[in-house]
Amino acid sequence: MNNKKMKKGMSMKGQRTLAYIVLVLLSFLCLFWFYVLFINATRSNGALKRGFTAIPGNFLITNWKNLLAGTLPVWHGMFNSIIVAASSAVLCTYFSTMTAYALHAYDFKGRKFMFTFILAVMMIPTQVTALGFIQLLGKMHLDDSFIPLIVPSIAAPVTFFYMKQYMESNLPLELVEAARIDGSGEFRTFNTISLPLMKPAIAVQAIFTFVQSWNNYFIPALVLHTDKKKTLPILIAQLRSADFLKFDMGQVYVMIAFSIFPVIIVYILLSKFIVEGVSAGAVKG
Amino acid sequence: MPKNQNHKAVRYNKWGYLFLIPFVVVYLIFQFVPLVSTIYNSFFENYRSGLMQIGPRFVGFDNYVKLFQGGDIWVYLKNTMIMWIMGFVPQILVSLLLGAWFSNPSLRLKGKRFFKTVIYLPNLIMASAFAMLFFTLFSDGGPINAMLLHAGILKSAYSFFSHVWSTRTLVALLNFLMWFGNTTILLMAGMMGIDASLYEAAEVDGATATQIFFRITLPLLRPILIYVMITSLIGGIQMFDVPQILTNGTGDPMRSTMTLIMFLNKHLYSKNFGMGGALSVCLFIITGVLSLIVFRFNKTKD
Repeated sequence: MNNKKMKKGMSMKGQRTLAYIVLVLLSFLCLFWFYVLFINATRSNGALKRGFTAIPGNFLITNWKNLLAGTLPVWHGMFNSIIVAASSAVLCTYFSTMTAYALHAYDFKGRKFMFTFILAVMMIPTQVTALGFIQLLGKMHLDDSFIPLIVPSIAAPVTFFYMKQYMESNLPLELVEAARIDGSGEFRTFNTISLPLMKPAIAVQAIFTFVQSWNNYFIPALVLHTDKKKTLPILIAQLRSADFLKFDMGQVYVMIAFSIFPVIIVYILLSKFIVEGVSAGAVKG
Repeated sequence: MPKNQNHKAVRYNKWGYLFLIPFVVVYLIFQFVPLVSTIYNSFFENYRSGLMQIGPRFVGFDNYVKLFQGGDIWVYLKNTMIMWIMGFVPQILVSLLLGAWFSNPSLRLKGKRFFKTVIYLPNLIMASAFAMLFFTLFSDGGPINAMLLHAGILKSAYSFFSHVWSTRTLVALLNFLMWFGNTTILLMAGMMGIDASLYEAAEVDGATATQIFFRITLPLLRPILIYVMITSLIGGIQMFDVPQILTNGTGDPMRSTMTLIMFLNKHLYSKNFGMGGALSVCLFIITGVLSLIVFRFNKTKD
């Protein structure tokens, strides 16, 4: 008996060691690229051509200045990306909460149909409607504008679904009822009572919508044509199609770092929140 | 009195429709109308040949016939599926393993939060920038080649992007890195939901960890596994950013990494709306069927 217990304890210990080894290897595999990116962004083109070193150089500022002096409208790209992503996040979370509220707080004809419908269209990828979308923008004179990148986020089935699930456990209808008795209008009740209670869910979804929009490449590349209107992913694609061997590699690395590191910094600050949000969505969805 | 209340409730319930207006209007304009017009376009010959505009002229199902007889679509479908499988198989295996470890309290792993944070990180990275990073790191004169040469593993620089399988492997590696953290968290949530008394009973009966995993965890996890697999497949069909940036849209070497959406993107840029439409409709049908499976499965779960 004692022997058996020992053996079991040993195997548990062995398993734990194995788990740590695998986890460390995977973490290395996840972080290695960004480490190399950071190092290389700080080195000069000449130093980069000579090979890799593990120690950062002191060319970060120079590379950065060279990049800004070049033809890529980097600041515009950053600014455009922020405008599009932030507006999408705000509109998406506000109106998805509103849509979820409509189905949560009211019992009207067609409510069940609406819920089933939104669930059904949830998986349709934007790519398959891109052709009609681009043609439509041409007819509406919305080509080369931010509106078609921002406004469609109002109808976001995935965010809606998350909000609806969250409401079911966190927004008691008695509160809405009580507000009604106090004479609050329906729209005001939504804005002043229901919306504040949804804050945690809104925060999680705002982050996800922001990141998704920030990283989006397919649709913006089809919509935006003017250089100064382009978002970061399009500039990255331009960098790729430029004759890259003649290019200053220090600048290439700084440009990539410039589009990746803001997200990493935000993630480090909010990681607890984000990982829990994913888990919460997983449990409920 | 109850009748009165009921009447009141009905009056309030009209607000349900009002609150739905933004979603419905935006959905109809930006998703439903484009979908219908995409389908409509697929029945017309409509493209540019040099400076000449051909069509639009109604041709029935000709675009579909041309699409499937051209043969390209099969090559691109095969490429997409190969790269998806190459990324998905390691992803599901690693995620199952990590999920089992993370959700096993008797293993007493430390730093779980740290590891979860790290493995989820790549999911948030801009796919195009990540692919561009890989392109520079794995280029002929890039740091990976320099390291391999320095370590003596290679004798001369290996040209990762002129060999079919190394390019495909890099696409798959990127997809794996970007998604295994997300899958781990999903599977872990599923594993945490399994009744702990089942494990206790199995342990009392003397089952080994391996037996517990294959006889209890895996069967109970089946619904979530199916869900993960199908949503990943839907995502796989949409594969675009990574191979597009990595190969500069060419799908080289020899179009071996050209995916279906890259093919669609080409039609959209060259304004071949007929063929693009037919291809979109095919993709729509494939994802529609796959979503229906997820949808039905979700219903039975409730």
